[in-house]
Amino acid sequence: MRLVRFIASRLLQLVPLLALVTFLIFSMMQLLPGDPTFAILGEQAGAAERAALREKLGLDQPLPVQYARWVTNTLAGDLGTSLRTHEPVGDMLRTRIPVTLQLTVMAIALSLLIGVPAGIVAALKRNSMVDLVVSFLSMGGVAMPFFWMGMLLIGLFTLHLGWLPPSGYVPPGTDLWLNMKLMIMPTITIGTTMAALVMRQTRTAMLQVLSQDYIRTARAKGAGEGRVVLRHALRNALIPVVTVVGLQTGALVSGAVVTETIFSLPGLGRMLVEGIFERDIAPVQAAILVIVIGVLAVNLFTDLAYVLLDRRIKL
Amino acid sequence: MQTARSAGTLPVAAAAPPASLLAKRLRRLLRHRLGCIGLVVLASMVLLAVFAPLIAPYGPDEVDFDAILVPPDARFWLGTDDVGRDVLSRLLFGGRVSLGIVCGAIGSAFLIGSAIGLVSGFYGGWVDAVIMRIMDGLLAFPLLVLALGIIAVLGPNLVNAMIAIAVINIPGFARLVRGQVLSVRQLDYVQAARSIGASDPRIMLGHVWPGVVGNVIVYASLRSSSALITESSLAFLGLGAEPPTPSWGQMLSTAMQYWDAWWLSLFPGLTIFCACLALNFLGDGLRDVLDARLSD
Repeated sequence: MRLVRFIASRLLQLVPLLALVTFLIFSMMQLLPGDPTFAILGEQAGAAERAALREKLGLDQPLPVQYARWVTNTLAGDLGTSLRTHEPVGDMLRTRIPVTLQLTVMAIALSLLIGVPAGIVAALKRNSMVDLVVSFLSMGGVAMPFFWMGMLLIGLFTLHLGWLPPSGYVPPGTDLWLNMKLMIMPTITIGTTMAALVMRQTRTAMLQVLSQDYIRTARAKGAGEGRVVLRHALRNALIPVVTVVGLQTGALVSGAVVTETIFSLPGLGRMLVEGIFERDIAPVQAAILVIVIGVLAVNLFTDLAYVLLDRRIKL
Repeated sequence: MQTARSAGTLPVAAAAPPASLLAKRLRRLLRHRLGCIGLVVLASMVLLAVFAPLIAPYGPDEVDFDAILVPPDARFWLGTDDVGRDVLSRLLFGGRVSLGIVCGAIGSAFLIGSAIGLVSGFYGGWVDAVIMRIMDGLLAFPLLVLALGIIAVLGPNLVNAMIAIAVINIPGFARLVRGQVLSVRQLDYVQAARSIGASDPRIMLGHVWPGVVGNVIVYASLRSSSALITESSLAFLGLGAEPPTPSWGQMLSTAMQYWDAWWLSLFPGLTIFCACLALNFLGDGLRDVLDARLSD
């Protein structure tokens, strides 16, 4: 019951922030130069025709009215139509969201798979060669530009070794094996930076936790090193790691925008970039909105994860 | 010297450091191994970019149709690109663009964000509430996504890329400065200045600002690395410098079309990587130096 109340209160707190974010996105698009009727009707249309379209689209209304209508339509699932493809933006999102979602989830999983064990080992073998290598990799990983990483991977695994296809996307439901082969390099591309941060954070948190009294007590009572590390230390050390993963989701999505372009993945990032090039605003607006809502949702899940990981947190 | 701890992660230095202290701090930075490496690498890159017209063996747009996609050799140390331009020369000139955008963007974000944070933290109340809610709204956007949104509005070119990178960094600076000001404004020397009738701008700029500027410089150096990656990402996507103007990210974008010419991707990528690493090292070094000063 307390958990439900906690979730409800966090959701309520999101409402004003969402209102502000939607207002910012709407305002941003209002600043666009040019008349949208030119984009729809072309240069040849007359003034009367343009006025009629403006009235039909509601562009002759005051801005607050236009904003309220945009929010209402968005809530009803009507996000407009792409000027370029004439496809409803809602339909575009339905095909694009799963691609970006799969990429980010796989990247987070990879970063945890690499970062947590490496961080633990580095903390347990402090000041050893392993620790030095982990520190070096984490510093390098943070400075690595996403797109260069992607290019190096294509050079190695596609051109040199010939193991993986360079780009494209197949839904997992159609061909899971091919989907995995196509998603490995994009996942490594954006997962590396996050893995570096997770590695660094896990090492620091483990060092702090391992020096605490309750760990000494567990060892004194004869608990095995594996039990001490995995059961007693890791659980508390994971809390700051969860924070890093939560805070870095935005950066991960930024990485996905570039990575989708390199690997020709038809995700939200590519939709955003293509929309900008084509001055096709409805998809740009929708992609930004969905990404921001996604990041806010991850922040909410991060807060929930604290509660589940740390029993000391009272709801 | 008076010092205070802020609610944020960085400590607050409460007074402007005298010249001798600056020299002491610089000496400490030079003794900090990684900080010193970062400083030397970055200073070298900046000097190479500034003196590119004197150092570069060729012009950035000088085309040699007899030397298209030539691998590194004695004549072209880092090879040539798809239209026969020298990669080394373009890297040197590209440094002016990439580092120039980062300096301009972070410099603008530093000034504007600090001014916003200073006003917000100093006055508090509804001014603070309104400003910080807007900053929260902007912070909800992933940085590159917000930059793309701004470029969608302004149009893709070099100046707009710089504006976009500046805008996305303003909330971070504003939040940091505001947090620090909240602590510093309570200190005795600020209260003393107020009691002798000093005006608000004088207190803010003459007494509060010197107490927070050190941390803002550290933050700026750490943000510069991220700004460089954002600039390169925008250029890579074709939303930054327009050809033939060279920039590191745009050079990598060209390399995507010529996979066999490994030098086209290796050297610009390595340059961005080294610059980011140097900025991170320098930021870490500055932070440690500041901590060491406080522990005196």
